[in-house]
Amino acid sequence: MSGSNRRVIVLGALSAMAEATCRMLAEEGAQLALLGRDAERLDTVARDLKTRGAAGVHVFARDLLDTSDTPSALQAAADSMGGANAVLIFYGVLGDQNRAETDLEEARRIIAVNFTSAAAWSLASADLLERSGGDGAVLVGVSSVAGDRGRRSNYVYGAAKGGLSILLQGIAHRFAAKPGGARAVTVKAGFVDTPMTAHLKKGPLWATPQQIAQVVRRAMDRGGPILYAPWIWRWIMLAIRLIPDAVFKRVNI
Amino acid sequence: MSTAYVNDDTRLSWGRVVRSHHLIAKPRFVDEIAPALADASVMGLRALPVGLGRSYGDSNLNPGGALIDLSKLDRIVAFDTQNGVLRADSGISLSDILRFSVPRGWFLPTTPGTRFVTLGGSIANDVHGKNHHAAGSVGCSIRRVGLVRSDRGALELASDIEPELFAATIGGLGLTGVIAWAEIQMVPIVSAYIEQEVLPFDDLDSFFDIAEASQNTFEHTVAWIDCTASGRHLGRGLFTRGNWAPEGGLDAHSDKLKLTMPVDGTPLAFNALSLRVLNTMIRTAQSFKAAESRVHYEPHLYPLDAIGAWNRLYGRAGFYQYQCIVPPDGRAAIAELLCAIADEGAGSVLGVLKSFGPKRSPGLLSFPMEGFTLAMDFCNAGARTHALFARLDAIVRAANGRLYAAKDGRMPASMFQTSYPEWARFAKQIDPLLTSAFWDRVSQ
Repeated sequence: MSGSNRRVIVLGALSAMAEATCRMLAEEGAQLALLGRDAERLDTVARDLKTRGAAGVHVFARDLLDTSDTPSALQAAADSMGGANAVLIFYGVLGDQNRAETDLEEARRIIAVNFTSAAAWSLASADLLERSGGDGAVLVGVSSVAGDRGRRSNYVYGAAKGGLSILLQGIAHRFAAKPGGARAVTVKAGFVDTPMTAHLKKGPLWATPQQIAQVVRRAMDRGGPILYAPWIWRWIMLAIRLIPDAVFKRVNI
Repeated sequence: MSTAYVNDDTRLSWGRVVRSHHLIAKPRFVDEIAPALADASVMGLRALPVGLGRSYGDSNLNPGGALIDLSKLDRIVAFDTQNGVLRADSGISLSDILRFSVPRGWFLPTTPGTRFVTLGGSIANDVHGKNHHAAGSVGCSIRRVGLVRSDRGALELASDIEPELFAATIGGLGLTGVIAWAEIQMVPIVSAYIEQEVLPFDDLDSFFDIAEASQNTFEHTVAWIDCTASGRHLGRGLFTRGNWAPEGGLDAHSDKLKLTMPVDGTPLAFNALSLRVLNTMIRTAQSFKAAESRVHYEPHLYPLDAIGAWNRLYGRAGFYQYQCIVPPDGRAAIAELLCAIADEGAGSVLGVLKSFGPKRSPGLLSFPMEGFTLAMDFCNAGARTHALFARLDAIVRAANGRLYAAKDGRMPASMFQTSYPEWARFAKQIDPLLTSAFWDRVSQ
C-alpha cells in the first residue's frame, strides 16, 4: 500500500524510533494519529510531520499505561483520520535490572509498560484492524531481541518483551486464519541508540532509530511475522539461543 | 524532564587532535535545553552547545566540561512555500534541510563544503560557501534566532530585537547561549543541477585573473591549489565555477555514502614526495575532464561528503586545517603563504583558494571579509607543524588578515585579539555558563 493511503495510529509517538518512522510516512503523504504522554512535545512533532508532507496529523496526549479505555481511545484516533489501517506500537522502558531484583516496584514498572500495557493496546488494535482496517491493514509492534533468551543482564525487560513478542506472534497467527485480511508483525530490535539507552556504551552492533524505522516501514507492506532489526540479529540471536546452557551460564551477557 | 548527562571519552573535533573527557547531553526537545544548562551549573561545569562536530580544531570541545549535543533536535517548525522562509530546530543538518527543500524548489542561501553540519552550527560559525562573492555568509540570510541562555532563559533575536546579542550570536561560536531554532531565508532554484566549468591555471596571477573575470558572471567559484608547486608554477591549480542550470529536475541528493574510511590512515601518505605525486595526479585527472559539464549540486558543492570519515586519512595524530583570509590588497601574502608551504613540503591534496565579496553579515566575530581565503590541511607532525604555522601567522598578520575559528586549533591569543577587533564587545554578550577550549585559549 502506498504511503498516501495509510492512516496510521502511532502509540508512543514521542520515541525516537516512532518519530523516524513517522517522518518517512509523512513524506509519503500519510495521515497520522499520534499518542504519547506530553501534549506540548506531541504538538512539536506534529508540526514537523505536517510540514514534511503528512496529509493530516492528530495528537492525543495520554498516559499509555492507563488501559481502562483502550478500545474507545483507539476508535477516537481512527475516527480523526476517517478510519485507521495501521497501528504501530513503539513505547517501552528499559528499567534497571539490578534494582528490579531487589525492588519489586521497579520490576512491576518494567513489566507494566513493556508487557501489560502494550498487550492491552495490541489486543484492542487487533480488534480495530480486524473490524475496520480493510485491505492491507497492519499491526506492527516493536519488541526486542532481549525477549529471545533470558539473560542475567536484562531478563525482567527481556521477559516483558518476550511476552509481547509471543502475543504479537499469536495475533499474526489469528490474522492468518483470514487470508487477505490484516497482518501483524513483530519487529525485534537489537541495540538502538536512543534516549532510553543513552547511558550505555556503544559498539559496532548499535543501530540508529532511522535504521529500525526503515524495517518498521517495510514491515507495514510485507514480511513477518517476525523481523529482526537490523537483520543481522536474526543470526546473532539464533547463535545465542543455541549456546548450550553449560556454556551459557559462564557467559556474562 | 531533565536530560541525563553521559560520560564520554570518544568525542573528537574533525581534526582529531585533542582527546578529552566530556559529559554529554543530547536533548531531543527544546524544553530539555534549560534543564541541561541548569544541570551543568549544579555540577559546577561550564557547558558548550555543539552540533555534528565538523569544526576542525577546538571550538567544539570543552575538555572536562559539559557538551550539549543538539544534533537530535532536528525538526522543521514551519516552511513558507511562497517566500521560502524556513524555521527549524538548530540541530537539523543542512543535508536534511536540502532533502526537504530541493524537491520544493528552494536551496540554502549558501553552504559550506560539507552538508553534514547543523543549522545552529552554521550560524555559530557564520559559514561561507562557494557563492560568498554573491550571497555573503549564512548570517546574511538568518532572520531570527531562538536562544536559550543560562541566565535569561528563552529569547528571540533578530536584527531589530536585541540587535547586539543577535550580532554576537551570528558567528558567536555557540558562546552566547544555546541556539534552539532559527529562521533562514532560502533561495529559489529551478533545477538541482549546476552548469560547471573546470579551468586549469598555471600560476597565481592566472588565478586572480580568472577569479576577477568570474566574479559577476558565476555564482559558485572555487579553486583547488597544488600546494607542492613552486617557482613559476607557484599557485597553479584548477578553477571550478558554475551557475544553476535552467533545467534538469529538482532531485535532492541521497545520503548513501559511496565510501567510508574504516581505519586511521598513515601519515606517510603525506610526505613531501607522495604529496607531489598525489597533487600531480589530481591535476592531470581533472584537466582531462570535460571543461564544461552539467552536474548535480552534490558533487559540485560537496565533493568530500561522498567519503565518510575522510578525516581519518591523516592518521591517529590527527590534522590541522589552516584557513586564513587576507584583504583584497593581500595578493602578495597569498604567494608568500604558498611559498612557505611548498618550501616545507607540507600541506595536503586539499588546498583551496577563493575570493570573497564585500557583503558583510551582522556577526561580530564573523570570519569572512572581502579578499582572498586560502585553506590547507596539515597532518599533525607536532612541533614542526606548529613552527610552519608560526611562519604562516606572521604573513597573515602582516597582511591584516585573520584565521577562521571553525578550523583553528592553535592560533595565539594575541593574533585572535588583534585580528578580531570586536572581540571585547562580543565577550560582553557571552552566556556566563558557556565556554569552549578555543575560547579559553584565545580570550586569555
